[in-house]
Order: sequence, then C-alpha cells, then structure tokens
Amino acid sequence: MLDASEGYTTEDGRKIGGVVMEMKNITLRFGGVVAIKDISFDIREGEIRAIIGPNGAGKSSMLNVISGFYNPQDGQVFYKGALRPQMKPYQVARQGIARTFQNIALFDGMSVLDNIMTGRIRQMDAGIFAQAIWKGKAEREEVENRETVEKIIDFLEIQHIRKTPVGRLPYGLKKRVELARALAAEPSILLLDEPMAGMNVEEKEDMSRFILDVNDEFGTTIALIEHDMGVVMDLSDRVVVMDYGKKIGDGTPDEVRNNQAVIDAYLGVAHD
Amino acid sequence: MFYREAGDFKTSYVEDGQTFPIKFDRYRYYAVLIAAFAVVPFIINDYWVNAVFLPFLIYSIAAIGLNILVGYCGQVSLGTGGFMAVGAYACYKLMTAFPEVNIFFHVICAGGITAGVCVLFGLPSLRIKGFYLAVATLAAQFFLVWMFNRVSWFYNYSASGQINAPERTVFGTAVTGAETAPWAAYLFCLVFTVACAILARNLTRGMAGRKWMAIRDMDIAAEIIGVNPLRAKLSAFGISGFFVGIAGALFFAVYLGAVEVGEAFGITKSFLVLFMVIIGGLGSIFGSFAGAAFLVLLPVLLKNLLVGTLGWPTDLAAHLEFMIVGGLIVIFLIAEPHGLAQLWRVAKEKLRLWPFPH
Repeated sequence: MLDASEGYTTEDGRKIGGVVMEMKNITLRFGGVVAIKDISFDIREGEIRAIIGPNGAGKSSMLNVISGFYNPQDGQVFYKGALRPQMKPYQVARQGIARTFQNIALFDGMSVLDNIMTGRIRQMDAGIFAQAIWKGKAEREEVENRETVEKIIDFLEIQHIRKTPVGRLPYGLKKRVELARALAAEPSILLLDEPMAGMNVEEKEDMSRFILDVNDEFGTTIALIEHDMGVVMDLSDRVVVMDYGKKIGDGTPDEVRNNQAVIDAYLGVAHD
Repeated sequence: MFYREAGDFKTSYVEDGQTFPIKFDRYRYYAVLIAAFAVVPFIINDYWVNAVFLPFLIYSIAAIGLNILVGYCGQVSLGTGGFMAVGAYACYKLMTAFPEVNIFFHVICAGGITAGVCVLFGLPSLRIKGFYLAVATLAAQFFLVWMFNRVSWFYNYSASGQINAPERTVFGTAVTGAETAPWAAYLFCLVFTVACAILARNLTRGMAGRKWMAIRDMDIAAEIIGVNPLRAKLSAFGISGFFVGIAGALFFAVYLGAVEVGEAFGITKSFLVLFMVIIGGLGSIFGSFAGAAFLVLLPVLLKNLLVGTLGWPTDLAAHLEFMIVGGLIVIFLIAEPHGLAQLWRVAKEKLRLWPFPH
C-alpha cells in the first residue's frame, strides 16, 4: 500500500496529497443488523474516491458515518491526522465536510441563490443583532459571500435560475443546485451520494464533467457513491468495493475490475 | 406598464439584495412611510385610531412575530395569546416598578422578557414537530393565562385582578392613560411597527432567515450542511417572542389601557393572530401586514357599510359580519392557499406586462 504521508501522481498528471481522512476498523450495527463490518480505508487529498457495491452493501451507511450522521459502534475516524471524537452532524459540517444526497435534499421554499448561500454557513458568523440592523459585518459578509456564490453559480452554469424557487426546477438542475450548495461550503472533503441517479446520458455527462472540473479547478477531495460502473471507472482514482457490509476490494479502477471477489459479488457465483 | 423594470439595472450585490429591488416599489414604500408619519397623524380622530389604526399596527407586530416562528421556521405555535400576556404584564410591572424610566424602554424590555419565556416554551420543539408541537405550545397559552390570573404579584395585588396602565409620557406627551391624544398613541405604535418590520425583514433576508427556512423545509438536510437545529429553532422562538411581547405590551398599555388577562389574551387571540399569518401569507413580512389588515379592517368596513350606509340594526349586522368574514376567509384560502402575499405577487407579475398579454 501507499505511504500515508506521501502522495502520488496520477496518469493524467494530477498530484494527489497525503491522507486527509482515514477510517479504521469501522463497525456499524442497527440492533442485530450489521451494516458495516470492520472496514478500513483512507481518502487522500485531491483524489476522487469511489465507494461501490451492490444494493444494500452499506455504501450509504459508510457515507453517513463520514458525514457524522451515524456514529459507528467500533472503530475510529481520523480527520486531518487527528482522531475525530463523536460529534453532531452540524459540527462535522463545520469542519469542512459537505455532502449531497441520494434523493435531493434542497430547501424547496427558498430560491436557488438562498439555497447556495445557506451552504456558506461555515464562513458567515455575524451576530443576530448585526444581522437585524443590517450594518457593518452582516452586510459586508453578505456581499463577500455572495461573490463566492456567484462564482460557483457561474461555474455550474445555473445563472438563469438564480432567483427561481428550487421547488419549481426539474430534476437535473436540482442535482446541480445541490452540488452548488455543497461546493459553496468550500469543503475539504465533498461527499456525493449517487450524483447521477435517475439521470439520462446527457445529464450524466454534464454531471461527470462538473465533478472532474470541481476536482481539477478547486482541488476538492471527492468521495462518491455511484451505481453506473462506466462513470465510476472513468472518474475515480481509487475505488473501494463493498458487499454485505464488508470490504471486498480496494485499489485503482483497473485493479478492482480484475479482482475476482468483486466480479463474484457483481455477477454472482455458483454455490455447489 | 405600471411596473417599469426595464432599465432598472443592478450593479452591486448590495443593490440586488435590498428589500425593494424595483425602483417603483421603493418609491411607493417611501410614499407610504411619509403618509403614515406626516399626513395621517394630522387627520385622524379618536374613532379612527381606536377602531382601525391601533389594532392594525399592533396586530401587525404580533403577526410579524408569529410569522417568523410559523412561516419562516416552520414551528407551529398556539401560544401567541399567552406570550402577548407576558409582554403586557412585563410592561405593567416595569412601568410601576420604574416609573422614572421612559415607557419606550419598558416596551422593549417587555419584548426581551417575552423572548426569554418564549425560548423556554420553545424547548419542546427540539423533540416534537408539527401538530404535536402546536399542542405543546397550547400548554403555554393555558399556563401563562392561569399564572397571570392566580399569582397576584403580577397585578400588584389589585382587588379587581386587572392591570391598569398608568399615564406615561414620551417627550412630554402622554402616550398611555386616559389623557392620551389619538395622534400620540398612533405615532408611538407606528414607530414600533416600522422598526419591527425593518428588523424582521433584515433578519429574514440574512443568514438567520436562511437557517430558519432551512429548518422549515428540511431539518435533517439543514443539520447536515451545518445548521445547529437547537440554536436555529430557539432563536426563532426568541425573536418571535420579542415581537409578540412588544405587541402585547402596546396592546395593553396604549390600546386597551386596562386588561383582564383571560379576556384580552385568551386562546381566541392566539387563533386570531395565527389566522392573520395564514391568510396574509406564511413566510412573508408583507403578508403579516395584509393578514392583520384583513382581519382588523374588514369587520370595521362591513359594520360601517351595513349599519352606517344601509341602516340595518346593529345586532343583525354583527351576526352577518361574522358570516361574511368567515365566508371570505374560506374563499380566499381556496383561491390562493398561500395567502394575500402570494395574491399580491401574482398581481405584480401581471402588472409588469399590463396591458399586453405577453
């Protein structure tokens, strides 16, 4: 395996840094059901890390552990070299871990702009009194963060729907707005839970391009779950494969593709 | 035609984020403010102030307060009457305990005290939601009214159990008590209403408002992107309570002058303010005004029409009034479930193009 402190260079010349997050022997149980069984893997700075597996393999649970929504019964999470204590999801978010959801979780009653601005919560901390009189820090903060948000809006090509309530948007655009909201947080790790689910080929291509661009332009570390194998193999630098809560493979797309356990999990094996 | 947006370009984010981004809207807003401050005080009499302006202004503040909680943060509350009572009694205790302090500060402090009480009764919202929370806030309503009835310290051990607003002045002019001039009472309330509306608007267009709306629309997602649900919900309760408390204090001190808690701040008051918010439009400051205007002005208008113009007997008119107001509420809610504010938005959209169809 690779050394934790050093990075490597990918085939297309991107520099991948050291380990930013490490999961060590994670076990998650719901009553008698074991969703994740003793899994360890790491995420390196600047890479696109995919988690794949058949339905019910525990991928989403894994993402929920990373984002602090579930607390595992066993194992440790190391973030930026330090052991992460048990914390609430909003505290994890404020450490710089942003995510999108499998079934879009936007705020339907708010405009696209407000939705994305909400993502800036980590950067905006004017007190409630300053906000009430709308002077000084509150106003300055609003303008500064609006500038950043406009850059993201530009980047994801959603300028025309800036002031539209999110509830009125079609599915593909909603997915893009959700990505924008997560990006607005300037996260050190971006978690994407099935970013292409329910999309047609063209939308998938758009989304893939955005994911690669985000990674390329901002150097954002991305961990994603995806069912479309073509997409996963094309996008990701390294892949973790899960099945029934266990890790059955970990490595570059090519290594994983030729891993017998992975092939068995996906295609099934004859039990004799 | 009426809405000239063409050529009204924004060149900075400050301009784009202002409350009235369209010039025409902005000028109309200034015109309304000037009329309210410089024209109305000179032409109103006792009847107009007591029947129309004071209730409208005071209920507007209460509706803004409740709208922040229900419309923006999605936490249903049926305790508004009780919280208004807290404002009223806090104001009364402060007025009698510190007679040398200006009543202006008493009203603000009453708002602050109500905010504290509101946060306390908002604690269950961390565990329960929706209708169940509404029932939990109902407990606040009954408990607070009971407390102000039973604990005689709150009404300074007066024999009648009532509280009476002593005369207090601002800049040498009486604003409470029997000697108050109509225009003084009106202006005193107007200042509070305008200030509350501006504060509420600023809060709801900034990060605080976004946090509340995030909690309203999807609380789990809000938490995952970094909203602390505890602080967001309790701050909504607190700020809502602040406005409702100010409304209660003004309702007692300026409008009624004397209050018996069960009568003035009963459960009907909670429902009345909630209806204002629903009819006016959830999640809209303008809607709070529209809802208050609808429920305060319509009965007055109908009464004048039926008794004054048509000459019907008063009791018959009173019954009809209930039926007509009730009917109109139903019709309005069927026509536009998002309230008068939404109706207004749609009308503005149409006016932008009128008289052309596209």
